[in-house]
Amino acid sequence: MGLEDRQRCDVLVIGGGNAALCAALSAAEAGAHVMLVESAPVHYRGGNSRHTRNMRTMHVGPLDVLSGEYDEEEYWQDLLKVTGGRTDERLARIAIAQTPGHVGWMKRHGVRFQPPLGGTLQLARTNAFFLGGGKALVNAYYAAAQALGVDVAYDAEVVDLEIRDGRFVAATVRHDNVERRIEASVMIAASGGFESNLDWLREAWGPAADNFLIRGTPYNTGRVLRLLLDGGAKSVGDPTQGHCVAIDARAPKFDGGIVTRVDAVSLGIVVNTRAERFYDEGEDFWPKRYAIWGRLIAGQPDQLAFVIIDAKSIGRFMPPVYPPMRAPSIAQLAPMLGLDAGALERTVSRFNAAVRPGTFDHTVLDDCCTEGLAPPKTHWARRIDTAPFYAYPLRPGLTFTYLGVGIDERARLLMQDDTPAQNIYAAGEISAGSILGQGYLAGIGMAIGTTFGRIAGEEAAQHVRE
Amino acid sequence: MFANERVRQRLPIDDLIEEAQRVLTICNACRYCEGYCAVFPALERRLAFDESDVHYLANLCHNCGACLYACQYAPPHPFHLNFPRVLAQVRKQTYGRYAWPRAFASAFDRNGVIVAVVTVLSVALLFAFTAWSADADRFFAAHQDAQGAFYALIPHGVMVSVFGAVFAFVVLALGVSSWRFWRETGASADSLRDATALGGATYDAASLKYLDGGGDGCTWPDEVPSVARRNFHHLTFYGFLACLAATIVATVYHYGFGWKAPYPLVSVPVILGTLGGAGLVAGPLGLLWLRARRDPELGDPRQAGMDAGLLVLLLVTSVSGLLLMSFRETRAMGTLLALHLGAVMALFLTMPYGKFVHALYRFAALIRFHIERRRPPTHAVAE
Repeated sequence: MGLEDRQRCDVLVIGGGNAALCAALSAAEAGAHVMLVESAPVHYRGGNSRHTRNMRTMHVGPLDVLSGEYDEEEYWQDLLKVTGGRTDERLARIAIAQTPGHVGWMKRHGVRFQPPLGGTLQLARTNAFFLGGGKALVNAYYAAAQALGVDVAYDAEVVDLEIRDGRFVAATVRHDNVERRIEASVMIAASGGFESNLDWLREAWGPAADNFLIRGTPYNTGRVLRLLLDGGAKSVGDPTQGHCVAIDARAPKFDGGIVTRVDAVSLGIVVNTRAERFYDEGEDFWPKRYAIWGRLIAGQPDQLAFVIIDAKSIGRFMPPVYPPMRAPSIAQLAPMLGLDAGALERTVSRFNAAVRPGTFDHTVLDDCCTEGLAPPKTHWARRIDTAPFYAYPLRPGLTFTYLGVGIDERARLLMQDDTPAQNIYAAGEISAGSILGQGYLAGIGMAIGTTFGRIAGEEAAQHVRE
Repeated sequence: MFANERVRQRLPIDDLIEEAQRVLTICNACRYCEGYCAVFPALERRLAFDESDVHYLANLCHNCGACLYACQYAPPHPFHLNFPRVLAQVRKQTYGRYAWPRAFASAFDRNGVIVAVVTVLSVALLFAFTAWSADADRFFAAHQDAQGAFYALIPHGVMVSVFGAVFAFVVLALGVSSWRFWRETGASADSLRDATALGGATYDAASLKYLDGGGDGCTWPDEVPSVARRNFHHLTFYGFLACLAATIVATVYHYGFGWKAPYPLVSVPVILGTLGGAGLVAGPLGLLWLRARRDPELGDPRQAGMDAGLLVLLLVTSVSGLLLMSFRETRAMGTLLALHLGAVMALFLTMPYGKFVHALYRFAALIRFHIERRRPPTHAVAE
């Protein structure tokens, strides 16, 4: 589609990921003329949804795509735990309660599911996996949108919003270096967070942000989020909160996606650039462990750390994409990491001396732990004593940001005085901060985006009819 | 297409294996595509990929294309991951590497041209021979539909000994190639007696299980899943089998009962040959049509000649066979017989040195897949 000058539509959806597509599909199915503007080119469309792979789904009995049972209360308690209570229970329960209905809706729109991926069986009960992952889901939704007559524009960045007294009037969209004004009866903002906006990250985190790697594309700039906040939308969440995992320091600055994760932390020790340990590597299972280590490393000097394992651990974790540094002794490994050999040897020997005998079992919180060591390693502690020794360098890998705009239970944008905007809705990461104040629960981003995307689309279509 | 992509298509052999290893390592760290086919579960059993693993996995790939469209690292992403293309390039290397005699390995390099030249030469040879063995009157005579009319032009003994020799050579060449592939990809001789694995592989091959893109059909010729390619391949494959069966029945008729070709229109060989011939017209035509509309990102563009070579040759064989059956009582019979037999001879002669070999290596890879899947993995990833 070519963006014509001064185009008009019923519903303008800003963004091109899961929440935007769910909103566009729902609004179009309810009869609205929908335009969707995606700032990324077609190959990078989909925001972070192109990297996702499953949706955390409540279910009362086994489903074809999920085993056992995962009820609303357990789901809610899991969320409460990871967020430390920084969550809006009303919105969270809406997101959770609607997930059972999503599976069928997604299938009807071309999404296919599969049993859990190899290496992720612990999610079999809670998370429904998409066949082919998030990009396949995004492709299916774009095909469905096309079939429904949704006008989709790529490389179309919203650079300005005209909002008068809580009422959306028009958006200025830059496409082919030309700015065009698009009017709509309703606008749905589903354009994600600001994780790729390095200036904004620096504003929030200080110089440490320069060492962050961004797991998604460079198109998640938060420009629409900024425009909404400047336009009087209620701000929720903390700019330094987000989903941040430990990834290989050799990953590209942007869009390394899933393959850059390194999950060897629980099998060895993690040291900073001073060759010192700084956190209990054996605290919990992946993915809970996975979700905290990015933040931990962000707090270390130069935002750099190294996981060190020995030959016993090879083959016990998901194979990383980059090869490990490898040496016959700890003293030889240290200079490869830029670490002081003596300091690293001391750290490893202190750790080894503190390891108590136990029965190693990586599938449970086993009894292998350290004694008299600070910080301790509370499970899976085994001496690092079998050559060759291996190391992976780690940096924080930022996935989502949680600073966003407030919404009500109908996905209506809340203004600073807590009144809903007349014709603006928000869904997905841009408004997830109410539910995710901190921490992350694997697959909940898709649950939040699908629920509020669908609500926003249906509400928008109804608004158009009225 | 990107400049570095053009370079990649011409990777020297060792670089190609390295590129495949790079790609497989990325896939093993990702695993999002594992629901699509056998290749991903097979690669997940490994931590590293040696050269024989690369050949095994490449031949297990049916080039359905689903993973390319689902891939978050596909071009233009800087990881530049085109899984189906790299594996297609490796397969071509497999075909050359295990060709027997080795001197013919280079036949895979300009395969379309070679298949065309062999076809022209075979047909010319058959014309020359019939012209020499039968005078012009007999060649252009209209024959009654009487037994033995074909052999009036080409003596039966000559036909049997020439085609018998060609057939024996082809069986030997294909047998040696697949045996060497089988052994060098690390499988034992005993494992070929594994009935469960053989059964599983036969089912997968006969049903083209892995041309289904994980359920909805393969993304071929473009992103939209479709069962067209599988159906056209079925027509081609079962058409070929029916023609082979027709020949076998005819051989039994000849030696067992002394009934000589051509056979009546309502005889088993003619019915099988007609049905098979129809499949071998519709199937290759459909596959050529899909190929012409194929997304250029799918597969290896440098193998277009090899792929088209076999399809066109199958078409020439089936069309000439059907024409021969239709016009066998006319003056065109001699010409059509020479054309058809020439095409059949070219089809067999190029069998071990053309696209046909994909069936053998893929079947061997499927057997190995079924053997492996019953074994516990060599490494246990922590949950």
